Amino acid sequence: MSDSKPQPTSPAKEPSKSGSREEWERGTRRPALKRVGERDTEFSTVSSLPIEPLYTWEDLGSGWNPGERLGFPGEYPYTRGIHPSMYRSRLWTMRQFAGFGSAEQTNQRFHYLLGQGQTGLSVAFDLPTLMGRDSDDSMSRGEVGREGVAIDSLADMERLFEGIPLDRVSTSMTINAPAAVLFAMYLAVAEKQGVPIEKLNGTLQNDILKEYIAQKEWIYPPRPSLRIITDLIAYCVDHVPKWNTISISGYHIREAGSTAVQELAFTLADGIAYVQAGIAAGLDVDSFAPRLSFFWNSHNDFFEEVCKLRAARRMWAQIMRERFGAKQPQSWMLRFHTQTAGCSLTAQQPHNNIVRVTIQALAAVLGGTQSLHTDSFDEALALPSDHAVTVALRTQQILAEESGVTHTIDPLGGSYFVESLTDRMERDAHSYIERIDGMGGVVAAIENGFQQKEIAEAAYRYQAQVDGKAKAIIGVNKHEMDESVRVEVLKIDPGVEPRQLAGLAQLRQERDGERVGQTIQALRHAAETGENLIPVMLDAVRAYATVGEICEALVPVFGTYREVSVI
Amino acid sequence: MNVRGGGTPVSQENKVRLLVGKVGLDGHDRGAKIVARALRDAGFEVIYTGLHQSPEMVVDTAIQEDVDAISLSILSGAHNYLFPKVIELLREKGSQEIPVFGGGIIPETDIPGLKKAGVLEIFTPGATTAEIVEWVRSNIPRRGAA
Repeated sequence: MSDSKPQPTSPAKEPSKSGSREEWERGTRRPALKRVGERDTEFSTVSSLPIEPLYTWEDLGSGWNPGERLGFPGEYPYTRGIHPSMYRSRLWTMRQFAGFGSAEQTNQRFHYLLGQGQTGLSVAFDLPTLMGRDSDDSMSRGEVGREGVAIDSLADMERLFEGIPLDRVSTSMTINAPAAVLFAMYLAVAEKQGVPIEKLNGTLQNDILKEYIAQKEWIYPPRPSLRIITDLIAYCVDHVPKWNTISISGYHIREAGSTAVQELAFTLADGIAYVQAGIAAGLDVDSFAPRLSFFWNSHNDFFEEVCKLRAARRMWAQIMRERFGAKQPQSWMLRFHTQTAGCSLTAQQPHNNIVRVTIQALAAVLGGTQSLHTDSFDEALALPSDHAVTVALRTQQILAEESGVTHTIDPLGGSYFVESLTDRMERDAHSYIERIDGMGGVVAAIENGFQQKEIAEAAYRYQAQVDGKAKAIIGVNKHEMDESVRVEVLKIDPGVEPRQLAGLAQLRQERDGERVGQTIQALRHAAETGENLIPVMLDAVRAYATVGEICEALVPVFGTYREVSVI
Repeated sequence: MNVRGGGTPVSQENKVRLLVGKVGLDGHDRGAKIVARALRDAGFEVIYTGLHQSPEMVVDTAIQEDVDAISLSILSGAHNYLFPKVIELLREKGSQEIPVFGGGIIPETDIPGLKKAGVLEIFTPGATTAEIVEWVRSNIPRRGAA
């Protein structure tokens, strides 16, 4: 900044007599600003939350009680972490989201990642599968295996987990509308491996509410979709007790363009809706709440992300204990996975993304995440290449083993800034939750387009800030270069789609069509009578009914969802 | 589902009409909605198709709405099938003069192929709304009576 001749030194300043912030402002800072002004007229987070030049004990106020606001790790309200020992005992799970092409190809990537030190699996399905359609559906043309792995039936699922012992590896499946079907397939694979389902560890995203709000992968309308979810929760309470039934997600809400506070508020509001749904379905809150989990985004603004995660833990603990009267500490603990923000990564100068991801991963770790996916540097170009995903995994490993940040719990706790911002985000998020409550809850708010409009506004505002260079993105609107950097991107083999279709056709021929028909009938009957859908779904998948057949069977009973688009 | 935009007191016939479409199963609509809104705010008549449109639905809507161009947003990786399919359907229906452009997650190496198939322009991540608006102003005329 300054390469001019050295300034004459002023006499050492006496510390402000009363030690107040105001004295410092008046006596020290403002005079200094007259010589060197600030770089900008305003400083705000990536979400446009204004940030002060300095935070002191005065910002916390005399009423700020660390016992009440923070507590200790592993104790209510868990602000500093949900476990008493955190990373000193166990590092977060390194869980890279993976999936493309055929089940065999993805299986190979799974083995590769596990061999490189990844500690849990995370499955990315292709769009047809995500939407509950088969590879031969008319809307699936061109989409098979492109955005994730194509799974049409249990046969594909068996190939996907070939050589992977489900009693020793935990799996997260990013699937929502047809989540119950894929879950049934996973259980069936475990059965074939001889693994008792009560030993299974894993997570199902299964968060349909955020689909209507942000990710937009739906089949049925909200209310029947909630019924499928509560059926699954009830089934897991009895049969798969170690399974995380929902990964209540803020990630996608943020990717759609929300602010950090909106991500926090809308996600916790969704959580509230799921707890209400479970209770309405007759379940005791402590029977299922411990297996609700969360999934957050980690975006560029380092402190905003750390504070968001700390606020989330404290808020959820209070919601569960005070609002829902949950008695088990496990019901109060917000356990979560984090993914670094895909939307923050650039196509230009892609290696810069390695730096962004490192900062974002660090924020997640300092925010106390239980599990982490780091994006690959080619995120804005294609699905991750082997090379790019390895760098992303190494980023986590270096953070874990070389940076030292895991040596103590919640190292940022007690920072005036961090505690002020945590409190501020909690207050702002609570306002949103109250508004949603006032509308009659999340489903009513969704039907009114409330969250969708808030997100679209925030996205548009941010785009204007970027286009107008008020927010810098290095390589995109600042420090641009004539691109000479070319990276090798993953190409999906065009043979994937025809081979998948051929396999599906063969499956339909070889399986017992009559048995499939019977299981589909039973499924429809259960849907109509309110019987738990999971056991009948299990029968259907064991008979090699396809994802599309099962999802389609429920349409006459549940209906389909159409969005009223709001620009 | 159509959402119309615009509202400035200019004769409707003079405004360039644009279809902004999400074709295929891709539900990522952040970019499409921003582009639609920016175009609307810039004075264009915008028809936003909403999600999960088949290529047939996009083409039918475009023809019904008498648009001056079709823009497609694709982040799913299915662009090499969907763009040419829309162009092929326009040709089949005798509406091949409707230009097609778009954007999304499209590797540089795929762009020449798409242009060869008839796509006029592809806007990849990093393009500003101003650039897109400017390009449309310079490249998309109001078509005469069909």
